[in-house]
Amino acid sequence: MNIERIDQIIDKHHGEPSSLIQVLLDIQAENHWLPKEALERIAERLQVPMTRIQHIATFYKAFSLVPKGKHEIHICMGTACHVRGASRVLDTVQDFTGIKPGETDLDLKFSLETVNCLGCCALGPVLEVDGKTHGKMTPTQTGDVLRKID
Amino acid sequence: MARINSPEELEQFRQTLLSQRDPNKPLISICAGAGCLASGANEVIAAFKAEIEKQGLKAEVDAKGTGCPGFCERGPLLVIYPEEICYLQVKPEDVPEIVSQTIKEKKIVERLLYVDPATGEKANRESDIPFYKNQERNLIGVNIKIDPKSIDDYLAIGGYSALSKALFQMSPEQVLGEVKKSNLRGRGGGGFPAGRKWEGSRNAPEPIKYVIVNADEGDPGAFMDRALLEGNPHSILEGLIIGAYAIGAQEGYIYVRQEYPLAVININLAIKQAEEYGFLGKNILGSNFNCKVLVHQGAGAFVCGESTALMTALEGRAGEPRPKYIRSNIVGLWGRPSVLNNVETWANVPLIINKGADWFTQYGTESSKGTKIFSLVGKITNTGLVEVPMGIPLKDIIYKIGGGIPGGKKFKAVQTGGPSGGCIPESLLNLEVGFDELTKAGSMMGSGGMIVMDEETCMVDVARYFLNFLTDESCGKCVPCREGIRQMLKILTNITQGKGREGDIELLEALSETAIEAALCALGKSAPNPFLSTLKYFREEYEAHIKEKRCPALSCKELIAYVIDPEKCQACMICQRKCPAQAIDGGKNRIHIVEQEKCTKCGTCFEVCPPRFGAVRKISGEPVPPPISEEARTIVRESKKK
Repeated sequence: MNIERIDQIIDKHHGEPSSLIQVLLDIQAENHWLPKEALERIAERLQVPMTRIQHIATFYKAFSLVPKGKHEIHICMGTACHVRGASRVLDTVQDFTGIKPGETDLDLKFSLETVNCLGCCALGPVLEVDGKTHGKMTPTQTGDVLRKID
Repeated sequence: MARINSPEELEQFRQTLLSQRDPNKPLISICAGAGCLASGANEVIAAFKAEIEKQGLKAEVDAKGTGCPGFCERGPLLVIYPEEICYLQVKPEDVPEIVSQTIKEKKIVERLLYVDPATGEKANRESDIPFYKNQERNLIGVNIKIDPKSIDDYLAIGGYSALSKALFQMSPEQVLGEVKKSNLRGRGGGGFPAGRKWEGSRNAPEPIKYVIVNADEGDPGAFMDRALLEGNPHSILEGLIIGAYAIGAQEGYIYVRQEYPLAVININLAIKQAEEYGFLGKNILGSNFNCKVLVHQGAGAFVCGESTALMTALEGRAGEPRPKYIRSNIVGLWGRPSVLNNVETWANVPLIINKGADWFTQYGTESSKGTKIFSLVGKITNTGLVEVPMGIPLKDIIYKIGGGIPGGKKFKAVQTGGPSGGCIPESLLNLEVGFDELTKAGSMMGSGGMIVMDEETCMVDVARYFLNFLTDESCGKCVPCREGIRQMLKILTNITQGKGREGDIELLEALSETAIEAALCALGKSAPNPFLSTLKYFREEYEAHIKEKRCPALSCKELIAYVIDPEKCQACMICQRKCPAQAIDGGKNRIHIVEQEKCTKCGTCFEVCPPRFGAVRKISGEPVPPPISEEARTIVRESKKK
């Protein structure tokens, strides 16, 4: 991510220290992770210490300090999905990709995250791949979905 | 669009809007809420637009995506006005038929109607469906009528008339008085009376004050605030501006979680439109009252739903709570008086101002007034959002509205109040729903998640699930929460894995007591609730796990085994083929056996075994029967005997 774009985002939020989280969110949304150079630029422009930025970037779930895989898999672990067997879906995905929630595989193909409720409880258990929702998942169907991703 | 500068201009504009709208012109309202979108509503909307164009009906019929009316189970769903015909589970393939039959010929497409499973009767209209019939939908009922991206749609149903009334016919004290009289209690969890909170801020000496919408809906399995924010953002905005007027604030914040991208888009758009129309900004409706509203996106932290943590996050810092020796309505955001209410609470305000406190208090019990939206999910036939008057028996929500438990299973418990709440057993199903009633039963109202559990749900695992969630979400500031919950989780995990020991229950109770006494905020104080309430009503399940290493619900993976009944197995090879772990030994005409050491207990065999055989079963607390001899495994088919 280039410095000009980071500056544009900071300017959009009027360069105020209180906008720190909003600036980080915008960068995360565009770049899918927060590179060190971006954080350094923000520290300089917003005049906030790097320790505070690190605190925020590790405190909130939305931020990642490492690059993400090409395909983002979200497994809903909300209560409704849980009682309908979400952990079995998670097991299947972990077996298939070889990664645990919060991790990205070495080929940068998959990133796996668990989320707490996607708001489509009628379809539980729910698996979301790159923003597309797959509902009423069983381990067998989960395997079918994953095999189709290239 | 020109600014609206007075109540008269507002009414005039509304009349113009209504006169341009022909109530008899067919209108297809398609739910574009999260649930319906996930089941393909966008494709249905696109198909309607294309089909209307194709049949040359653009001038004669309107189609639009709307907010969520609640019946997620049967999405994508739509309502056709003026007849109010309701079609469920609509697919793009159904669209040409709906347009040519219902829109052009005024005939009903029977197969898309709701069919009552008990009587077999079909329901043409939304209001005839039992799921809706037993509700009181003051808030969520209008969702299907409006396009959330259109302020004109909101104005057409009377929007911003409450703001106009508050600003021109009422003093701030009168507005406050009305809200106090309505006894509106906070819909986000605690149930604190909104009027008293407002009054505290109003009376605080500090001249600059804030109003805040808490839209950081974090309870897993709860999505009613999302439906309101996505479906009817102006109602929340209107409530917020009225609140600002009542307490003397000129600035408001909406803290909305970034996990709800559509809500973020819709509320931002609503603010922009309200500014253009003069409902926000300087000199609102010509009243000399100024108010501006900003949106702040949450970055994903459950604890930010707590009022002081949320305000810290608004200041651009890590959202950790602080001790509340002084309440945040006196010293809140930036150290100033701040009224923070939940989305649903704010959405109630315009209704109370327009219809009066007496109208509001006709619903509910002695101490809980009005209606409440619940998200009814889990092992329930009709998953969705339901809005009911306070005081309705739990039984009615689950059976009359929810349609009971699917698959002929037995009801076990309903969990309310999110991770801070508790489980209510069958013996208490006559309980009337209300803030104090639920607390008395060991649970709480919370934000309104209602998760139904059946006989296959293990209650120890439910407690473990919530503790796991809370361990993850604990901000780490205070020791009882950071360390105590972690230890509780460890013990509960051990119990579900068959490593429970005598004395574990007592140890969990001791840890609970400490967390309740000493944790800093509500997250930690209420974290033991899921454990305490399940222990209270389902102690025997804990004991079975600890003493007999048995999971009565046959759910805990480490305590169960899948076995194939040799008497029932027909060697059809379905489970053998589907098993992802190749753990089934079998073959043509050879009775199958689960190789226990290979089995990952994913349950696939159990699911795929044809019900007419029902040969795969789960066992717990008993040894796996030894495999039958190789000779006995061969099946000789009757037809081959000759």
